[in-house]
Amino acid sequence: MKHTIKELEDIASQIRRDIVRMVHGCQSGHPGASLGCADFFTALYFEVLNHKTDFTMEGAGEDLFFLSNGHISPVWYSTLAHAGYFDKSELATFRKLDSRLQGHPTTHEHLPGIRIASGSLGQGLSVAIGAALAKKLNGDKSLIFALLGDGELQEGQNWEAAMFAPFNKVDHLIASVDYNGQQIDGPTSKVLALDDLQAKFEAFGWHVINTDGNDMKAIVEGLHYAKTLTGKGKPILNLMSTQMGAGVDYMMGTHKWHGTAPNDEQLAAALAQLPETLGDY
Amino acid sequence: MKKYTYTEKKDTRSGFGAGLHEAGKKNENVVALCADLVGSLKMDAFIKDFPERFTQVGIAEANMIGIAAGMTIGGKIPFTGTFANFSTGRVYDQIRQSVAYSNKNVKICASHAGLTLGEDGATHQILEDIGLMKMLPGMVVINPCDYNQTKAATMAIAEYEGPVYLRFGRPVIPVFTDPDQKFEIGKAWMVNEGTDVTIIATGHMVWKAIEAGEKLAELGIDAEIINIHTIKPLDDEAILKSVKKTGCVVTCEEHNKFGGLGESVARLLTTELPTPQEFVATNDTFGESGTPDQLMSKYGLDAVNIVEAVQKVIGRKK
Repeated sequence: MKHTIKELEDIASQIRRDIVRMVHGCQSGHPGASLGCADFFTALYFEVLNHKTDFTMEGAGEDLFFLSNGHISPVWYSTLAHAGYFDKSELATFRKLDSRLQGHPTTHEHLPGIRIASGSLGQGLSVAIGAALAKKLNGDKSLIFALLGDGELQEGQNWEAAMFAPFNKVDHLIASVDYNGQQIDGPTSKVLALDDLQAKFEAFGWHVINTDGNDMKAIVEGLHYAKTLTGKGKPILNLMSTQMGAGVDYMMGTHKWHGTAPNDEQLAAALAQLPETLGDY
Repeated sequence: MKKYTYTEKKDTRSGFGAGLHEAGKKNENVVALCADLVGSLKMDAFIKDFPERFTQVGIAEANMIGIAAGMTIGGKIPFTGTFANFSTGRVYDQIRQSVAYSNKNVKICASHAGLTLGEDGATHQILEDIGLMKMLPGMVVINPCDYNQTKAATMAIAEYEGPVYLRFGRPVIPVFTDPDQKFEIGKAWMVNEGTDVTIIATGHMVWKAIEAGEKLAELGIDAEIINIHTIKPLDDEAILKSVKKTGCVVTCEEHNKFGGLGESVARLLTTELPTPQEFVATNDTFGESGTPDQLMSKYGLDAVNIVEAVQKVIGRKK
């Protein structure tokens, strides 16, 4: 362990503060699933990922991460800033004119840490597989990580990719699903039910593990365990249960904060629940 | 009229297959992907020599574009192969976000473009692909005219950094360009110098333009024929220079007149040098089943149609 669980939880608390402040600052963006994935991002970038902050597009010899559900950009931007990819003061430019921190992540403005644009859903798993194939051709034994939203699994391209990866033994790929059960129009169970995702991915040939995405110890252990499963002929799927809005009581357990910004009063209520641990931007 | 002859007929897709094989030999970062159409795309030679650099993705074009985009991150130069319809319309958003907006070095290689796909009919004959692809910021769009030019173009795009759409076809057509040509992206090829009209042609229509030029010469009309293989970026300079001399233009393409080469030329001329123009192109229609020759005739894409368009546009000159 590079950090204690308490240290990681403190980082996640600061990232959550950043998320609500960023979304409040431009009165737009997606706080719900950003908050829900703060623990995952913290575990990934501060504990699991073998990465360098002097960014290169190719990332030779490094583990690479791809975000398919690009609308949770606030959590990624804050994580990248605290991990050292760029100065945290830049978080204040989120979604504003001439910013590198676009509403959805992109390579277009050359923000360090981003290797592909995402936002239009369902495309990230294919891209991650491509990056994994290139690593293999280059004799680079590093790993590829990806995060997918649960709602975006309704996009068919995911299932093209899900069929491809096991058949082609892409076994240095760890894809996590943010299984919060919510999407814009309501619970996934009512919009278009995902049902038994474990059985679905296993039927396609994936090695599926389950983690609690809002328990820091569980997510760190889960991702470390997932790493031990690589190189064994199967891609790994981390089915990660999370709570949309995790860490801010009034945002939890509902889809209503998927893409809504808090007002001044709501911001204050949120920040009161999230200790400032690393200093606000 | 300069004399062009040919000793053999070949398909442009075979030029792609040969070019891909050569590009693969020259650069080990060149990789190929295909969505269950290896034989149609003539990828066999590449696959035989570089099996580890070939990825069969099955009938899953969206996944193919995404994988190709991801492979560029590891320094690879992916060439994706399927029919033009499935290379563009089917995967437009994947190309837009993962390739064009992300500025990935993917070469989208599209066979069986246009009516000359033939008997399979309109579901497979795309006549809108040039328009779709040229509208994407940063996308290079190339439609070569014969086997040799397609081979040269394929090798050239491997050396160009950035997204490219390469469009070619199914039928065997005359091979009339230089086998050792140097292909320059964005540079027009002067097929025939003339004074009375500028005929601008791309793809399969270039040979038709040469046939038309011979007929026009018999009628006493001296046609300048320019091959625009790169529709984007357009060779503005070559077109303006020619049109200044001739004062009228006919554009020829196996594509809808909405969104194609003709509109690109019209945009240039409207802003720089307003000039009478006629379009030899399909007219806002889908195709249908038939032989390539029957279809080109029925939809007005023959040499005789070019001759008629030239006579009309010359009549419009002030």
